[in-house]
Amino acid sequence: MDVIETRNLYKSFGPVPAVADVSITVKKGEIFGFLGQNGAGKTTTIRMLTGVLIPDSGTARICGIDIQQDPLEAKRHMGVIPENGTVYADLTAEKNILWTAKCYGMDRASREEKAREILIRLGLESRKDDLVRTFSKGMRQRISIACAIVHSPPVLFLDEPTTGLDVISRRLVIDTVRRMNREGSTVLITTHNIEEANALCSAISIIHKGRIIASDSPERIRTQYDTSGFIEISFEQKIQGRTLMAGGISRVEPIGDKWRVYTDDADRTVKDLAKIAEQNHLKIVSVATSTPSLEQAFIEMTEAT
Amino acid sequence: MDPRCFIWSVLMVTEKNMRIYYYKGSVVIFGLLFPFIMFLTFFIGRNLDLVLFFPGFLGMMLFFSASSTGPLITPWEKREKTYERLVSLPVVIESIILGDILSGAVFGFVITSLVWLAGSFILHLPLENPVVLIAAFFLGSLAFASLGTLLSSPATNTPSNIMMFSNLVRLPLIFVSGIFIPLSQLGEWAWTNMLSPLTYLVDLFHTAITGDGVYSPILDSAVLIIVILIFATGAKVIQQHNLHSGR
Repeated sequence: MDVIETRNLYKSFGPVPAVADVSITVKKGEIFGFLGQNGAGKTTTIRMLTGVLIPDSGTARICGIDIQQDPLEAKRHMGVIPENGTVYADLTAEKNILWTAKCYGMDRASREEKAREILIRLGLESRKDDLVRTFSKGMRQRISIACAIVHSPPVLFLDEPTTGLDVISRRLVIDTVRRMNREGSTVLITTHNIEEANALCSAISIIHKGRIIASDSPERIRTQYDTSGFIEISFEQKIQGRTLMAGGISRVEPIGDKWRVYTDDADRTVKDLAKIAEQNHLKIVSVATSTPSLEQAFIEMTEAT
Repeated sequence: MDPRCFIWSVLMVTEKNMRIYYYKGSVVIFGLLFPFIMFLTFFIGRNLDLVLFFPGFLGMMLFFSASSTGPLITPWEKREKTYERLVSLPVVIESIILGDILSGAVFGFVITSLVWLAGSFILHLPLENPVVLIAAFFLGSLAFASLGTLLSSPATNTPSNIMMFSNLVRLPLIFVSGIFIPLSQLGEWAWTNMLSPLTYLVDLFHTAITGDGVYSPILDSAVLIIVILIFATGAKVIQQHNLHSGR
């Protein structure tokens, strides 16, 4: 079942379209990544999906409900963490969550129980009576997440949720996304962090200059656009790059105190490098192989269009 | 659209506004202190009949207090970036506008009711027509809360700009509505009082308290109802346009 479905969404803020004919489908239970550079059209798309922006043309349906035709009903099925994750700074942490839960029509007992449970889970129980204006950015983001998940929404939208967060807060956001997904929420997350998308998402779309240029699983996109991998190797001795050239190696470049060797056949190259080290009396300090990356595929795709 | 969900969304927006914006400095200054100081400025040292002057003061108090929260809410939320969160909740633009109007109206209604109660207690004010008084409170608070919401609708995230703009609109209305300057002394400019909705509110208060209103209370009420519809529709048109343009 398609939980999120857009057909030819189009929005322009001038002569150049911000989003042009974006059609995506997100199946129930997926974590769907919407990737793109800054200004590619990710936030514009998510704002149209969540009813914050009215599209020039096209449709968006959440759980089968058209967001333009019946916004109240469609919005009851979603939780949204907007970019910058803002919440009401003049309310306490708990009041923010309780008021949001009330907006979704939860009764008093369930909203109080759910708010308490989420505050504990997000490590904010001891600060529940403090005004949000006294919180750090990471803590505000946690309250924003709490508000978005308090009603256990079937669909969760996150717009760049980890941007500017410290490692702990970032981990907490990612863990919460995974947990919500395990508990049955379908997730759409926008990000320009490719590794984050690779680690989280079961399907992704890449948007560039307002148009979708690829849609598939991260693994298939990765292998479709780049078949070469690389090996990073470092030696105790200083060497010249040309020492490492052997069959199957396309190029060699220095990366810090290591050498990066690009190859189509990692297995053969590792064996060749071991031979070269043996012949030249070089002591290998470290060696690591890397398969083609989603980042590489992303760069190739966006540079090509 | 389920009417119960819609009404709930209006009440939720109202509750949020009451919790957050009633205590903001600009609401207290422009909604409470400003009309009170204006009253003292014009009253002290002049031989004015307080009972005759009181309907005008009540009208001014309701005008300022009801229209003081509206101009703050939307620009403030856009600056704090909470507006986007609000719109993504189960609300529609009409719930936001009605919630803003209701919160302004409740503020104006409560404050002005207290002033009337205090005035009645201290000055032993007469009460000629209680029904008209209630109508004046209801319609006046809704009309000027709608004005406040309309004033906040242009796309901006700078509350001080809107507060300045709202005073630019509100202050001239005070002087053409027969509060400080009797309509008879406005001379050739007397026709301007008919353009101000505040004139009709003050007239309703006159009818209710002293029984000497100029226009019929039905006409006054009808004008205020039309004003509410015009201001609320105007706010909706502008805010809907903002949703299209992404501002």
